[in-house]
Amino acid sequence: MAVIETKDLAYTYPGGTKPSLRDVSLTIEKGEFVILTGPSGCGKTTLCRCFNGLIPHFYGGVLQGELSVAGLKVSDHPIYEMAKRVGLVFQNPENQLFALSVEKDVAFGLENLGTPRDEMKKRVEWALQMTGIEELRERAPHELSGGQQQRVAIASVLAMQPEIMIFDEPTSFLDPLGAQKIFEVINELKNKLGVTVILVEHRLDLASKYADHVIIMDEGKIVLDGEPREIFNSETAWLLGVGIPKAVRLWHTLQENGVVLEGAPVSSEEATRFLREVLKR
Amino acid sequence: MIEVKDIHFTYPTGVEALKGVSLTIGDGEFVAIMGQNGAGKTTLVKHFNGLLKPAKGEVLVDDVSTRDVSVAKLARKVGFVFQNPDHQLFSETVEEEIAFALRNFGFEETTIEKRVTWALNLLGLTEYRKTSPFMLSGGERKRVALASVLAWDPKAVILDEPTIGQDHGQKENLRQFIVQLNGQGKTVVVVTHDVEFVAECNPRVVLMNEGKIVADGEAKKILTDTTLTLTASIVPPQVTQIFLGLTDLGLPSDVIDVSEAKKILLDHFEEAKH
Amino acid sequence: MSVFEGFRFRRVTSPIHRLDPRVKFLYVLAMFVVALFFTEFLPLLALFFLQMPFVFVAGVKREWLRSLRGAMFLATLIFVFNFVFGYFYRTYTGASLLEYSLGMSLRFLVLVESFSVFFLTTSPDHLSLALEQSRVPYEFTFAFTTAVRFVPVLAEEAQTIMDAQKARGLELERGNFLKRVRNYIPILIPLIVSAIRRSLELAEAMESRAWGANPKRTNLYVLKMKFGDFVLIVLSITLLAIGVYVRYFVSIPPLSLFLPPLPF
Repeated sequence: MAVIETKDLAYTYPGGTKPSLRDVSLTIEKGEFVILTGPSGCGKTTLCRCFNGLIPHFYGGVLQGELSVAGLKVSDHPIYEMAKRVGLVFQNPENQLFALSVEKDVAFGLENLGTPRDEMKKRVEWALQMTGIEELRERAPHELSGGQQQRVAIASVLAMQPEIMIFDEPTSFLDPLGAQKIFEVINELKNKLGVTVILVEHRLDLASKYADHVIIMDEGKIVLDGEPREIFNSETAWLLGVGIPKAVRLWHTLQENGVVLEGAPVSSEEATRFLREVLKR
Repeated sequence: MIEVKDIHFTYPTGVEALKGVSLTIGDGEFVAIMGQNGAGKTTLVKHFNGLLKPAKGEVLVDDVSTRDVSVAKLARKVGFVFQNPDHQLFSETVEEEIAFALRNFGFEETTIEKRVTWALNLLGLTEYRKTSPFMLSGGERKRVALASVLAWDPKAVILDEPTIGQDHGQKENLRQFIVQLNGQGKTVVVVTHDVEFVAECNPRVVLMNEGKIVADGEAKKILTDTTLTLTASIVPPQVTQIFLGLTDLGLPSDVIDVSEAKKILLDHFEEAKH
Repeated sequence: MSVFEGFRFRRVTSPIHRLDPRVKFLYVLAMFVVALFFTEFLPLLALFFLQMPFVFVAGVKREWLRSLRGAMFLATLIFVFNFVFGYFYRTYTGASLLEYSLGMSLRFLVLVESFSVFFLTTSPDHLSLALEQSRVPYEFTFAFTTAVRFVPVLAEEAQTIMDAQKARGLELERGNFLKRVRNYIPILIPLIVSAIRRSLELAEAMESRAWGANPKRTNLYVLKMKFGDFVLIVLSITLLAIGVYVRYFVSIPPLSLFLPPLPF
């Protein structure tokens, strides 16, 4: 069942000289883990902002084409309505936390929605547990590390129980270990709750093993859309300069030299497995 | 060129960031300072241009103690490119921005003119000479920040987490640029947690953890040492991870680079045939 | 600035900390009104000492002393000002002049003291909760909380910007006054630009978390009045009553009774 559908989506920021999105048509199914990537400026951040209504309501301008998210036409609904169905976690953890304690931050969205207190307490507790930050509940955001802050941001979006969660380069400011932890949390959410995940990332080395759908954009258009294995092996992806995981690169060079592996590995674990097979022979 | 002698440093908040660090960086070296966030990397490099002074121990830049000289004087020799270019940009034009440091250091106007043109050219920013830096994209602003530091031609350049937020293409360009800088004789110090980036450059690596240096040597040796990477909480490069799972089949584990991996595997297959 | 030190909240708890901020504010107001009734030395001195138990119970002696020390400068100024004016305009003479000037500065200290106790024993979150529940429009409470939350962040950023510009040869301590002021431009502009960018990101995050969804916002926490709060309310009202009584029905012994005749 499609949870996001767009057709010929186009958008130019007010005052912008060229369109940030052009003829974007895609379908995202319920429960998918989608990785959205592409060189800087390709429009992936703009696309995310369309999904929860920031475009066109916050940024202004006209959103052309069709866009249906969780069954709603985004242009017809205010952002706070979309917020119940689509959560958006941003790049900079610091600028998403407003309150003076973690608990209050996680409750922020629910308070805005007018959720009754008992329900709120339950949801806050649940969200803290799902992201593994129960012990941090009384801490002030400034005392937390980047990774912890980002988990608070995820918890506060999760508390609203959206069916779709979008993460816009959530690990930019984190070191690889912190990034890994965040990806694990995100994957847990998808597996345990059936949330549809859209992850915008450059660090494909760490994230690609979780994806079942990859979309690559360039200059406002969708250039590749499909399964991770075929995408990472396509000529176009290589030419675009997207950060293809090293495992794939290795496989590619081996192939060029006549070594045939079972398939294209997407993670280091897979690569190890495939290489074992070949080496045993 | 830079000598660090057993320094200790504690922030006013009480955080003990450096607990006895000693290090020597020679002229023209290329060093990557690595470790997880909070290990003390940025604190360490801020001692190289005198922004921070050690509580105990001393730091010598070209045999002069950083305690005896102003930050401005040290900056003339040691350029520092900060992580976020927006913490530096304030001028009306890119030109002005690049000229800022040159004016501070007392260069003559004619020299400034030449240096600005040179720096613009070097970083591919000539078309933006008269543009406001705030109008540029993130990647372009990073280049302006870099240009404004290189303009005064410091002996050493420190780059603090230069790969953050960059896409693959930008990182490649940066990597080539850094290698080029080093090739021209500049001492280059890069503070980073990006293992893949370091794996591709293969510089000298100084690995830090909890305010101390835990390893200092070749990138290849350090990034493939599992005990080290575990203690310092860093993730080994993907190629290394692949090979670590194949050691029982007789393959080496100290591989960090794709082309080397390819060679080893192909050789192995050849052998296996016979 | 030591005056501000006395107002900064510290993470301690005591019975005073747990009191409802609205009730504490009522106490501050009562103190304010009663202090305004008097210029005589004795009642003001009484008010001053009356507040000290709060300081001790709350465990904020050191900070409170610091705020008083910081306020001494202004208090002295008030004393001198009133003394000199009173002397030249012959409104008071002798001991009553001394008493009046002392009274005015003591009144100022009493006010500083009560506000200091309030801010030292009320955490910003507790305060914002009180604001929310006092039917202050949420926009204001939110602005207050966000401002407090970002103060340490902005302070750090200012330091980073200074470091970045110093690393480009900017020397902040050199030069005459005008030059020094101009040297702060490379620090202010990035700070302001960063603040603007930050506000934009915050606004995006707020919208994405359903800001404005329901005009009736609910709250995770609720302030409940407890026994201690009622006690404080009673105390405050009693204080007001006593103040009125003393003002209108009791003759307060002036300072001149205790002092020899003075030359002015």
